[in-house]
Amino acid sequence: MATENLVYDRPEGFTDTPTHYCPGCTHGVAHRLVAEVLEEMGVIEKTIGVAPVGCSVFAYNYFDTDFVEAPHGRAPAMATGVKRVMPDRIVFTYQGDGDLASIGMGEIVHAAARGENITVIFINNANYGMTGGQMAPTTLPGMKTTSSPNGRDVETQGYPIKVSEMLSTLDGVGYCVRRSLHDPKNIRLAKKAIRMAFETQARGLGFSMVELLSTCPTNWGMTPVNSLKFVEEHMIPFYPLGDYKISDAIKQIKI
Amino acid sequence: MPKELWKGNEAIAEAAVRAGLEAYFGYPITPQTEILEYLSRRMPELGRTFVQAESELGAINMVYGAACTGVRVMSSSSSPGVSLMMEGISYIAGTEVPTVLVNVMRGGPGLGNIAPAQGDYNQAVHGGGHGDYQPIVLAPASVQEAIDLTVLSFDLAEKYRAICMVILDGCVGQMMEPAEMPEMRPVHRENWDWNTDAKMGKRERRILSSIYIDPVDEEQTNLRLLNRWKTIQANEVRYKEYFLDDAEIVIVGFGTAGRVSLSAVRTAREQGIKVGLLRPITVSPFPYEALDQLSGRVDAFLVTEMNSGQMLEDVRLAVKGRVPVEFYGRLGGVVPFPDEILSEIHRMAKVKLGTDVHPRDAWLERMAHIV
Repeated sequence: MATENLVYDRPEGFTDTPTHYCPGCTHGVAHRLVAEVLEEMGVIEKTIGVAPVGCSVFAYNYFDTDFVEAPHGRAPAMATGVKRVMPDRIVFTYQGDGDLASIGMGEIVHAAARGENITVIFINNANYGMTGGQMAPTTLPGMKTTSSPNGRDVETQGYPIKVSEMLSTLDGVGYCVRRSLHDPKNIRLAKKAIRMAFETQARGLGFSMVELLSTCPTNWGMTPVNSLKFVEEHMIPFYPLGDYKISDAIKQIKI
Repeated sequence: MPKELWKGNEAIAEAAVRAGLEAYFGYPITPQTEILEYLSRRMPELGRTFVQAESELGAINMVYGAACTGVRVMSSSSSPGVSLMMEGISYIAGTEVPTVLVNVMRGGPGLGNIAPAQGDYNQAVHGGGHGDYQPIVLAPASVQEAIDLTVLSFDLAEKYRAICMVILDGCVGQMMEPAEMPEMRPVHRENWDWNTDAKMGKRERRILSSIYIDPVDEEQTNLRLLNRWKTIQANEVRYKEYFLDDAEIVIVGFGTAGRVSLSAVRTAREQGIKVGLLRPITVSPFPYEALDQLSGRVDAFLVTEMNSGQMLEDVRLAVKGRVPVEFYGRLGGVVPFPDEILSEIHRMAKVKLGTDVHPRDAWLERMAHIV
């Protein structure tokens, strides 16, 4: 009799909800990594998530934790309110680049500056996905979107914002790194980073954020495979992967 | 408790503390800043949460987050800051989490000035944020009432899972009066059946959101909120009556405008003029019924406000044209003197009043010497 070994299953941190994300989109990968980390740390039952506005507006449907839904860009402020009155809970926001780096820039910078003990999962896919692929603050120079049809002209439309580099200058930040989801090796590294970010919070070591370079095949007008290549060939050169800030106390954490 | 001398803003802050306030999030703006300053000292000394936010936008969303966990939470601001909070207020209304917000109103629109005004009546009472929702709005006219209504606002917000706003003009916020504080209530976390407090596996997970992506669900939600509002209208209307028993002229004014009007009413009474005052305490729900009944037995109404006649329209709705409704307002941060209102009472007692000219137009004409 053949024996079957289960090698892949839904993490406990997930509900039984089929995905609404487009084929080839890496939101699903990012969601799964967060759910696996919450399960491995044994904190699912004491976690409160804060969903954004954007493609991941329905993030609360997937994670098997309490969840609140923030106005566009305000997730870090809402998470501040939750965490300050429930300091023993794990509180995380999950935000896209339009949400975090454009309309919510004030909220994210000040949550980081205050050193709020929250974890931020920041999805950078260089466009506004939910509204159909408009230019985001992270859109690459020359990149075509529905609101930069001739390619982003930095003379008139400004330069992309490198969020991890910027936030890493703030003293309240304990952990701030950029990873990518374009291949299995990088996905593993991304998971480790997400774990470290949540460990930072669990130990009260300050603000933690993982920026994840992600794909948007639908709005980029590419196949899923070509989207992964685009991340590797175009996004990583502009948004270098790396550890932008890991405080000394966090460097001591062994997991 | 003995009476002590309290400044309005600080009294509101201490009253909130005694009502079990667990978290305050705010941003400095005149003439409200003393609430923030007072709580920046008081909350930490009690081991409670105080955060000075990066903006009113940040503050109201911190309030939103904390309110979702089910604790007693509030913010305070003044007119331009409250405008900035309107986004969050609409979300809070849509999510049905109890929230208290104090607006110490100043002259506007725009940056306006920092003098006392009541120009935010419509914003508070008739919405302000997007979508269909109704906040409870309380309007104190004295430091004592500011204390009492602040305590009440937490109870009402929780009872109806609604936003309860306390709107006062800068006069009430800035003046000092003897007032009595309530006893300190202990901080108490209710075991709600709706809050997202991550109860460690003791229940099913909960989601708090203002999203109803299916329009039919949103319609149901809107109707449910409206039905709840009808209950609030039936149970929570509050107002104060002065000299109404034999009144032939009735003044309607809230907050400081109501209080100044009372001085005018007392003088007019000494002069033998049968005038009374109805001072709404809940401007939302509005005392339509009380005014409706009064309109059956009095000769005329005078609405006094520190704006261009915003509550006036609600009084007109209640009176339904049965008797003349006159208006007297000072605005932009100007506070009326009792003498000005007394002159209006004298005028109304003397001339024959009609209902064919809109009271705001008639008032504008009388104000021509100022403009």
